[in-house]
Amino acid sequence: MKGGKQQLVVSAIQNGTVIDHVPAKSLFKVIQILGLDHIENQITFGTNLESKKLGHKAIIKISERYFEDNDINRIALVAPEAKLNIIKDYMVVEKKVVKVPDYITAIAKCMNPKCITNLENVTTRFQVISKKNIALKCRYCEKITSGDNLKII
Amino acid sequence: MRNRSLVSIDDFSKEEILEILDLAGKFELRPVGKLLEGKVIATLFFEPSTRTRLSFESAINRLGGKIVGFADSSISSVTKGETLFDTIKMVNSYADLIVIRHPFEGSARFASEVATVPVINAGDGANQHPTQTLLDLYSIRKTQGSLDNLNVFMVGDLKYGRTVHSLLMAMAHWNTTFNFISPEELRVPDEFKLHLDNAGLKYYEHLDFSDIISRADIIYMTRVQKERFSDPIEYEKVKNVYVLRNSMLRNTKANLRILHPLPRVNEIHTDVDSNPKAYYFEQALNGVYTRQAILCTLLDLNF
Ligand SMILES: [Zn+2]
Repeated sequence: MKGGKQQLVVSAIQNGTVIDHVPAKSLFKVIQILGLDHIENQITFGTNLESKKLGHKAIIKISERYFEDNDINRIALVAPEAKLNIIKDYMVVEKKVVKVPDYITAIAKCMNPKCITNLENVTTRFQVISKKNIALKCRYCEKITSGDNLKII
Repeated sequence: MRNRSLVSIDDFSKEEILEILDLAGKFELRPVGKLLEGKVIATLFFEPSTRTRLSFESAINRLGGKIVGFADSSISSVTKGETLFDTIKMVNSYADLIVIRHPFEGSARFASEVATVPVINAGDGANQHPTQTLLDLYSIRKTQGSLDNLNVFMVGDLKYGRTVHSLLMAMAHWNTTFNFISPEELRVPDEFKLHLDNAGLKYYEHLDFSDIISRADIIYMTRVQKERFSDPIEYEKVKNVYVLRNSMLRNTKANLRILHPLPRVNEIHTDVDSNPKAYYFEQALNGVYTRQAILCTLLDLNF
């Protein structure tokens, strides 16, 4: 197993999904976006692990759970470098990377305090106008919310 | 027409804009008709804007339509606490088209999603006011003969002025050269400059009119408001720089026209009013023809 020492920090799972290379500061946002705080499956995670690429990273292992691409791409806003390992019988059977979607619904908050989505019960909708340095254009007020100002609802 | 609502000026293609301007020209020649007979138009003004409301109501009345609605939500039957969703749902069943002005940004887009009838945005906070932009375009085309290859000067608050931003986006369809004249603190935001860069258009930024005014085909004036400045001393320094006076128009082009979205405070001196290059009062009248054209286009009524 590659990077054996680090893998050992969080115990291996028999079947399920491992989400690696999550920025440590985004761990709880990822948990929230995927609704992991509301499921019954066994979940283990480690955070503030050393990563050359991210500084500090987090890793999440979810037993007996696999995700649709559409669902998993939702975490791209907060963990654009995340990599998924699909585990069956302790073996990695598939690797996936997340892709930033073209449109985002109901995850992010518009940074404009005068926007209707912040003043009435209106679901947020954004067009992703930049994927590298995340920038979202609000469908309603048309203002741009950049990655640094991004808040997850 | 692809769009059944008019929410944002960039929802409309160059061709769709031109169709509306052509139709507005027909209404200027024949302003009274019966195209809206039997139609009910809702005018929902959640914040007062007498000028815009009267222009819409004049347009509707000239075409024989009926109006329901309110001029100010505080004196209307819209109770405080009723959501925009609920109000639009209700009005939707009474009207063939909804005109909405609302202080929340994005409110008109949301209304257009809730309504099954066409929606016209008559201003959503600092965001969009597309009927103003169309009447500006109409005024520019009418006075210049064409929208192509013009040198447009935009003056004053170019940071917060929504009319300036929408006009800039729209004029970018027509190989326009832009001159932006504003105080340092109120320069055109980068996203709009990026749009012009991508469109391959030339623009120049200046702190005052200096001697460049002789090149202008259109001068679009806006008000510089004191509240926009973080430092009141900065405002005092610049407040007179962005005031247009008749003496400044001496060596300007014969075809130059001065536009202003109105109401004006002091940014155009009253001595300009009698100059034939002053066009801001006719500009307001063009709003009626333009709104007639927008109403009929969205309702798919043929002239
Ligand atoms: Zn917004």
